Amino acid sequence: MGKIMLEVNDLKTKYVTRFHEDVYAVDGVSLKIEEGKSLGIAGESGCGKSTLALSLMGYYFAPLHYMSGDIIVDGKNISGMKPDDVRRTILGNEIAYIPQAAMNALNPTQKIIRFVEDVIHAHDPKASKKDIYDLAKQRFEVLGLPPEVLQKHAVELSGGMKQRTVIAISTILSPKVLIADEPSSALDVTSQKMVIKMMRELMEKGFIRSMIFITHELPLLYNVTDDIMVMYAGQIVERGTAKEMVFDPIHPYSKGLMGAIIVPEAGTRDQKLTAIPGTPPNLKRPPAACRFADRCKYATAECKGMAPTMKEFGEGRSYRCHYSVEHLREVYADE
Amino acid sequence: MSEIQKNPENKTVDTRPLCLSGKGVTKVFGFGETRTVAVDHVDFAFHEGEIISIVGESGSGKTTISKMLLGLISVTEGEIQFQGKPRDISSHKKKKEYWKGIQAIFQDPFSSFNMFNKIDAVLLDCINMRGGKNLPKEEKVRLMTEACSFVNLKFAELTNKYPFELSGGQMQRLMIARIFLLKPKILLADEPTSMIDACSRATILDMLLKLRDEINMTIIFITHDIGLAYYVSDSVYIMEHGKFVESGGADEVILTPKAEYTKRLISDVPKIYEEWDLSTV
Amino acid sequence: MLNTIKQVFHSPKFVTGFVIFMVMLLTIIIYPIIVTADPLEMIGNGNFFKPGTYVNTSETISAKQYTFNVDVSQASKLDRQLDDTQRTKMADWLVRFGGVDESEIDTSDSVALVELWKNNYSKDVDQTGLIAADKKYFVRLDTKIDAMLASSGIIIAQKDEEGTLSEQSTVEDNSYVNINDLQTSRTLILGTDNFGRDTLTELVSAAKNSLKIGLIAGSIATVIGLVLGLLSGYLGGIIDNIITFVTNLFTVIPSFVLLVLISYSVGQGSRGIYLVAIIIGCTSWTWTTRSVRSQVISLRNRDHVNLSKLSGHSLFRIIMTDILPYIASYVVMALILQISSGILSEAQLSMLGLGPATTESATLGLMMNWATLYSAHLNGSWWAYFPVIFTVALIAFSLNLMNTGLDQVFNPQLRD
Repeated sequence: MGKIMLEVNDLKTKYVTRFHEDVYAVDGVSLKIEEGKSLGIAGESGCGKSTLALSLMGYYFAPLHYMSGDIIVDGKNISGMKPDDVRRTILGNEIAYIPQAAMNALNPTQKIIRFVEDVIHAHDPKASKKDIYDLAKQRFEVLGLPPEVLQKHAVELSGGMKQRTVIAISTILSPKVLIADEPSSALDVTSQKMVIKMMRELMEKGFIRSMIFITHELPLLYNVTDDIMVMYAGQIVERGTAKEMVFDPIHPYSKGLMGAIIVPEAGTRDQKLTAIPGTPPNLKRPPAACRFADRCKYATAECKGMAPTMKEFGEGRSYRCHYSVEHLREVYADE
Repeated sequence: MSEIQKNPENKTVDTRPLCLSGKGVTKVFGFGETRTVAVDHVDFAFHEGEIISIVGESGSGKTTISKMLLGLISVTEGEIQFQGKPRDISSHKKKKEYWKGIQAIFQDPFSSFNMFNKIDAVLLDCINMRGGKNLPKEEKVRLMTEACSFVNLKFAELTNKYPFELSGGQMQRLMIARIFLLKPKILLADEPTSMIDACSRATILDMLLKLRDEINMTIIFITHDIGLAYYVSDSVYIMEHGKFVESGGADEVILTPKAEYTKRLISDVPKIYEEWDLSTV
Repeated sequence: MLNTIKQVFHSPKFVTGFVIFMVMLLTIIIYPIIVTADPLEMIGNGNFFKPGTYVNTSETISAKQYTFNVDVSQASKLDRQLDDTQRTKMADWLVRFGGVDESEIDTSDSVALVELWKNNYSKDVDQTGLIAADKKYFVRLDTKIDAMLASSGIIIAQKDEEGTLSEQSTVEDNSYVNINDLQTSRTLILGTDNFGRDTLTELVSAAKNSLKIGLIAGSIATVIGLVLGLLSGYLGGIIDNIITFVTNLFTVIPSFVLLVLISYSVGQGSRGIYLVAIIIGCTSWTWTTRSVRSQVISLRNRDHVNLSKLSGHSLFRIIMTDILPYIASYVVMALILQISSGILSEAQLSMLGLGPATTESATLGLMMNWATLYSAHLNGSWWAYFPVIFTVALIAFSLNLMNTGLDQVFNPQLRD
């Protein structure tokens, strides 16, 4: 077992709305990522996966508020730190974050090299421009980006190129954890593939030591990450390796998600897609029962009365359901 | 499809009657330096009861062609035939007549509804359009209830509500209920599932298939997702820079692509059963 | 809808603006009910009466006299009646022309000062460097001091047919009248203007007229702007080109110049407040047109409009049900701004003497115009112009505050 790069214990965060109502968007999430591993987080929109990404950085600002839990990056607990300290000491060299629209964050009036200088100067104010340029040039070449990009303005680059440039800049300090929140969803398929290829290279060449990849597109997760975690209504409902999760999901919700995958491959046309009726619960007042019970076709009175806990099984897999693994597998086989 | 036969040259020929077809259809925007050819001499033939996908990336002209098919913008050149006769939409009255035969579902359910109109008004309007203005009130309610139950919604729960009180998936289903009331010959679905979650996506697709099976509706499915196109459609048109680069039966186009562009599109989409080759970019 | 209105009234900016505006509106409505006098009635003979309470002099003499036990000695009388300005002026004169040394003068000791004055002052001394007005001032001051030094009490006498005077009564220095005994006292909170009109009453009526002008001008501008903007934005093509061309034409010509030219050519006699309002409205619609047009263009391609077209709705119905409700909040904000700018335009025009005819009505701009013409700002008659400026500013401020508040509610990007 490798060194633990990121460990999160029972993290709880909430949003406070304009009308002073609390929305419990991340409700007791625990996870561990080993060095050299990547973790995918999947779920419907509104399940709290983007909030989890923001919460993991330890950088809280209104309307997001920290409630409880630990975030341990390479042995260092950052959960109680002030936002300003987090920004100065953690972001960039310990944790890097790439949101979906990262490419639109580049100031069009500045050359790309200025952003690289900004990132490095934030952590090492004495670094010389020459050193920074050499480092950036070398890193860009390794990642397959033409070094001329450094002397260009953002408007001269295509969307996919901009996104890859942003990723290269945010990982220039070789962070321990990279959190990527839908980094390729706004791009066309060809650019998406290039972004994915680059993220894989970052891992292989050791520029980042672990990665959390968030998306609702399961075929993409399957191809990018080692492990997949499915999130529902602010909680994790199942975790396993990518292959196990796609071909052998246990939790009824994961089962539904995997059953809705569409890929252009032979034989997939005749599959019946599964649909999950209903809508997720309101996180202002999360139910005390299993949060999926209202939409689950296997739900019993027990499901609606008591919240299930995470249960472990197999090799490092876990799920959150009252039923046993064997029972669920049998039920799925019968259908 | 039993009506599809193989002809001697081993090409599939569809014997069902043509529903909508076009020859040399072109759309040019602007003039002089700003002249852009959005759709460039495309030919197509859509049959009754068929589900056709038009696949293209953003900027390929698929939205332009959908608007031309709907008669929302004029055709610069070429001819569109509707049910075997040249389409005539020269006056508002004729357009109204044409729109009884073709209807649409749009991409963004949140902007598809007038947020100042209640759901009842949306559905009542459809009944009026089908000439049911003078029906007794009970009959209208019956029709609306029937349409809502077709899409697994309960009309009683929807009355006096505004569309924005529903979720994205529910709104899109309401949109299908509208189509069910209108019963057009052709339904043009412009990326109807791209803004909603994967779980609700299956429901929407099921309902579209049900529309085809129950009312023999021709469905033109416009999408950028080649996997989705493969899943729902009988025939596929691949569009690049305003031209159809490849067309044919879904299995034929997706499993044995001939055009370079189609091959690239397919190879760029993540796979789960085969290895996804990342080296080709 | 109800929720939106609730939100609007949760915006502190809107509520502040709304309260200020409502207070002014209520004043405008209620004040004329209490004070029924004609606001343009010239009550004063002469201009710029100070704010204060005016009592009838002859009535004070015939009214019941009350004797107060006060010190009526000469010293105390001088102490009371010579104010600081007069004392410094006297000292100044004595040093410059009376040949008195500065060290000899003590302005706090009025008796000594007056004694020095009586010994040294003469109006015939060479007073080089003093303007005529100042010379007259010192003559008046000297007479006044003489009166103070004269024996106490004033005798009221009556002249009979032969011209002989007979004593009627004596008014002692320590006799007072109660203001409640007088029948004809009159309080002018803001004094009178140059025509001798009661400024406060005139101000309330002027604010009413200015608001009327603003409302009419704003409505006209908004209606023209809305109709043209809707047509040009929704129809597009050649109609859009024509309307945009005309709008640009009006934008390029400064609307104020246009306003001045039209007002001038209409002529002083026929300019009433309604005509001025219409002129202002017809010259200020351009930016409403432009912004409505751009809003409509972004709405035109929304799917609900396409859907409405596919449902076979007529052009008029699409504009009324699918476009107008979406821009309604925006139009209301534009209207508020147009009202405020209409009031300001009227003020500008009137300042140039191109406002409504003076004799028929008062407007805020006209009041400022007359105050300027009669140099109210030079002779210190602040009451003739300052309340007017303050009212204009307050109206514009409250309207703009409401507009900002609405903007925050309807434009989510600005929400904090």
